[in-house]
Amino acid sequence: MRKELLLFEKSSPGRRGASLPSLSPEEQGRLKLFPKDLRRTLPPPLPELSEPEVVRHFTRLSQWNYSIDTNFYPLGSCTMKYNPKINEEMARLSGWVNSHPYQPEETIQGSLQLLYELEHYLAEITGMDALSLQPAAGAHGELTGILMIRAYHQSRGRPRSKILIPDTAHGTNPASSTMANYQTIQIKSSTEGRLSPRDVAAAMDDEVAALMLTNPNTLGLFETHIKEICDIVHKKGGLVYCDGANLNAIMGKTRVGDIGVDVLHINLHKTFTTPHGGGGPGAGPVGVKAILKPFLPTPLIEKRGEVFSLNYNQPKSIGKVQAFYGNFGILVRAYTYIREMGPEGLKRVSELAVLNANYIRKKLEGTFDIPFGQDILHEVIISDKTLKGTDVKTLDFAKRIIDYGMHPPTIYFPLVVPGAFMIEPTETESIETLDQFCEAMLSIAKEVQETPEIVHKAPHTTRVGRIDEVKAARELRLRYSHDSSNKSINKP
Amino acid sequence: MRYLPHTQADIHKMLQEIGVDGLETLFQSIPQDLRLKKNLNLPPPLDEEELRHHITRLSQKNIIDSSWISFLGAGAYAHTIPSATLSVASRSEFVTAYTPYQAEVSQGNLQAFFEYQTMIADIFDMEIANASLYDGSTATAEAVLMAQRLSKKNTALIADSLHPEYKAVMKTYLKNLNIEVIEIPSSETGTVDRELLKKSLGDNVCCFVGASPNFFGILEDFSDVAQCLHEKNALLITTTPEPLALGLAKSPGSMGADIAVGEGRSFGIGLQFGGPSLGLFTTKKQYVRQVPGRLVGETVDHKGQRGFVITCATREQHIRREKATSNICTNVALCTLYAAITLALWGKEGFQDISKINWVRAEKMKQLLTSIKGVRLPYSSPTFNEFVVELPTQAKKIIHAMRKENILMGVPLHTWYPDRENQLLMCVTEKHNEEALQKTAQTLKRFL
Amino acid sequence: MLIPEDLKYSEEHEWVKVNGNMATIGITDYAQDQLGEIVYVELPAEGERFSKADAFGSVESVKSVNDIFSPLTGRVAEINDPLVDSPETINEEPYGEGWMIKIEMANKKELEDLMSADEYEVYISEETK
Repeated sequence: MRKELLLFEKSSPGRRGASLPSLSPEEQGRLKLFPKDLRRTLPPPLPELSEPEVVRHFTRLSQWNYSIDTNFYPLGSCTMKYNPKINEEMARLSGWVNSHPYQPEETIQGSLQLLYELEHYLAEITGMDALSLQPAAGAHGELTGILMIRAYHQSRGRPRSKILIPDTAHGTNPASSTMANYQTIQIKSSTEGRLSPRDVAAAMDDEVAALMLTNPNTLGLFETHIKEICDIVHKKGGLVYCDGANLNAIMGKTRVGDIGVDVLHINLHKTFTTPHGGGGPGAGPVGVKAILKPFLPTPLIEKRGEVFSLNYNQPKSIGKVQAFYGNFGILVRAYTYIREMGPEGLKRVSELAVLNANYIRKKLEGTFDIPFGQDILHEVIISDKTLKGTDVKTLDFAKRIIDYGMHPPTIYFPLVVPGAFMIEPTETESIETLDQFCEAMLSIAKEVQETPEIVHKAPHTTRVGRIDEVKAARELRLRYSHDSSNKSINKP
Repeated sequence: MRYLPHTQADIHKMLQEIGVDGLETLFQSIPQDLRLKKNLNLPPPLDEEELRHHITRLSQKNIIDSSWISFLGAGAYAHTIPSATLSVASRSEFVTAYTPYQAEVSQGNLQAFFEYQTMIADIFDMEIANASLYDGSTATAEAVLMAQRLSKKNTALIADSLHPEYKAVMKTYLKNLNIEVIEIPSSETGTVDRELLKKSLGDNVCCFVGASPNFFGILEDFSDVAQCLHEKNALLITTTPEPLALGLAKSPGSMGADIAVGEGRSFGIGLQFGGPSLGLFTTKKQYVRQVPGRLVGETVDHKGQRGFVITCATREQHIRREKATSNICTNVALCTLYAAITLALWGKEGFQDISKINWVRAEKMKQLLTSIKGVRLPYSSPTFNEFVVELPTQAKKIIHAMRKENILMGVPLHTWYPDRENQLLMCVTEKHNEEALQKTAQTLKRFL
Repeated sequence: MLIPEDLKYSEEHEWVKVNGNMATIGITDYAQDQLGEIVYVELPAEGERFSKADAFGSVESVKSVNDIFSPLTGRVAEINDPLVDSPETINEEPYGEGWMIKIEMANKKELEDLMSADEYEVYISEETK
């Protein structure tokens, strides 16, 4: 298969790919005045290429990605739904992209109005009282939320020391808690895959600042005892944090803000169709109930009459979590999506996301072990039980799915299911696509028994074969080395 | 609804297959008393043309026009963006891909990120770069956390000339972690006061954070600071909100920086009202195990062909959980792609050229302004493309008057420094031609 | 699975070889097999002191990090430096060149709590059930 050299290997001295203003003779002369002791001696060895070369290089690279626009992408917990094209067009309007964050307020009324309205839409969808759109991603939202919880407890005397986290939680939950200087205490899920009020009560004391749960949880299950659990936590003076990663399952059906959750973050790059971009940028707005509003990051967006303004005067605020006002370009996309779908549309989204997941569950349950298959909402988790007695591992099976033209599900998560495959189809997939996926899964299950070597060595149809991750981790080549003499070795 | 492929017949067929009588039944695990009994109170759906009309109108409430002359910078700089960057980076194979955990179907992104890491490390003159953090401010905070982990010491010295929002973000990140932050004042010339820095450099100091250019646009060599710090087993962290300066000015690596971070917005990302941004993070290879965020490495596939993969992932939250080097998961991958394409197009010569143009034009503007009676530059130190101007009257009055002439004159410093009513921060880039500079100076003269 | 007769074993899958007051410690063949290909090893500094059951270092595979617990109390007298550059040695020779640290024992009585080769064999066969 065709290779693509690195930019640096294609570089030819003297080529350039940009048209930039040139220096006048007068300017050339002035340049000599730049102080010698502050001057860079060796310029950065950036590659030297023409525009067509650069364009062809990156266009080719793009073709070696699986993406939502080219392949079914059922990554559990990631909500890889279709990203509407109108979102991109709206985000690129010149009034948005050319606005500077420090323009006078009277010249950015459009941006402020959009932020103000989006905050209110998200508050309505989740049942929270107030929101900050500033966090740049889900984990950033978690940190913001936990810092608010800390500030709340601090304002009442002491910050407390522990956060309770179920064993099904995303890794970001404990990591965010650590960054807010909390110790994390893990709570085991019950045999039905949910949190039990008894276990929460047993772990709950006046050192617990908050319980951090995900609802629906990462097994795709609604935490049915959530109300009772919230009461238990509140009675001991704790707060309840909800990771809203799985909001796509419950829009218009229930609102965590109505049932006792005090802080919630939402991943706009999951539920609200902003693109994943190969790993970001996303946005992780945080919603709070009224008691936590004084602690929201600054500034708040306010409306007086028809005029919008930024308010920095919040003495109890946790402060700023990133420069400026959040990932505005991403927020425009989420706003666009909500305005297109409307209230009925969003509810339909959740209904069909749940329908799709249950359809897959039903089609696979005869062949695969689905340990928590009862009552699943938007995702299905299967274990590696069908692989028992073979030497095929979850990873091998997942790689084989690629040969069927689909992206593998999330694997080895949640940790409570051995060798887990976590499948989240989302609502934007048709019944035909779901059938193809299920057929592929069943066909690979057969291959595991009949021709395991094919599965072992998968994928077979990609530009590169199975990647040697061990070599990568042992050698840690994290950049091109300009003096490397292997230039010619890699020529196709 | 155009994003939902299900026909009534499909739904019926699927429900039958599942064995339930209706969609509502699928939600039976949500207790009745917790179900939402009303419709969400949101505006009704819009068709495509209505949507386009509505949002375009909203965007037009932002009053900014390409004919305006803007000198706003202060951490967000408007630079030329090649058309090819927008065109290629908008390809949906890049835009709609997930984090490249499955390497075999993500080689495009992985190779691009590897190339990005190389170019960013080269620009900062450092050994390695990560695959991005959220923005310059959070990258700076993460750098201090890393210095604390490496040194196990709990005092961070920071220059008071850092961007006020960077300082605010650092405070948010650090204040609960028992890390004491001490601000080191600047001397009259605008550089860090070396005597005061040395006085504060006790045995418990993990790092000093300095910026070049700093918030006031001033360039500074921290080589001497690096030496003092290293004698005390403390790290030099530099933060660069305008890394375009590094085409002309001394690099963090050559100053002896241990961690060098910055903001990559200038590399093709654009203003976008301040976000998304691009947090740049570089360091020495020996510290790789403490780096926050994702790293992409080179390796081979089973046939020996070159390939790329996320590596050293045991530092990250999905594996190490509460002991991870950071909680970051989603970063700003697509922005790194914008930067990689832009830097490849600018290339070795273009990157230096654009840096030079910024400097000479900013110097020209300084000249034009200081020839106006009563206008002076409070700092004598060299600057890059941004500088502080002191007016003989309140800056906000002039900003207001100039705006009526479609000139956004700069950022008033009294926003953060109440005693600096007459000062403003002005940024001049390759976007300002001679005519724009002359017009601005003449207009200002009229108002003074 | 190799379980040499002359070594002592802990429940955390470390082996101990006693030589006078000095104990050499590594991880067992079973442990390295469970971990998969080891890509990184973190070792303590010479002179550090550990109590029994303290984590003295860690080994990483591509997708996991595992602490290594000291089966004995003592002071680190020597570390196997070359492992840092070639962690695969642990996979290849867990009982030989793949040793991790040598410690001066503070309490030789703790050796009595360790398993013999036969006991360890039974222990892992139960664990894999």
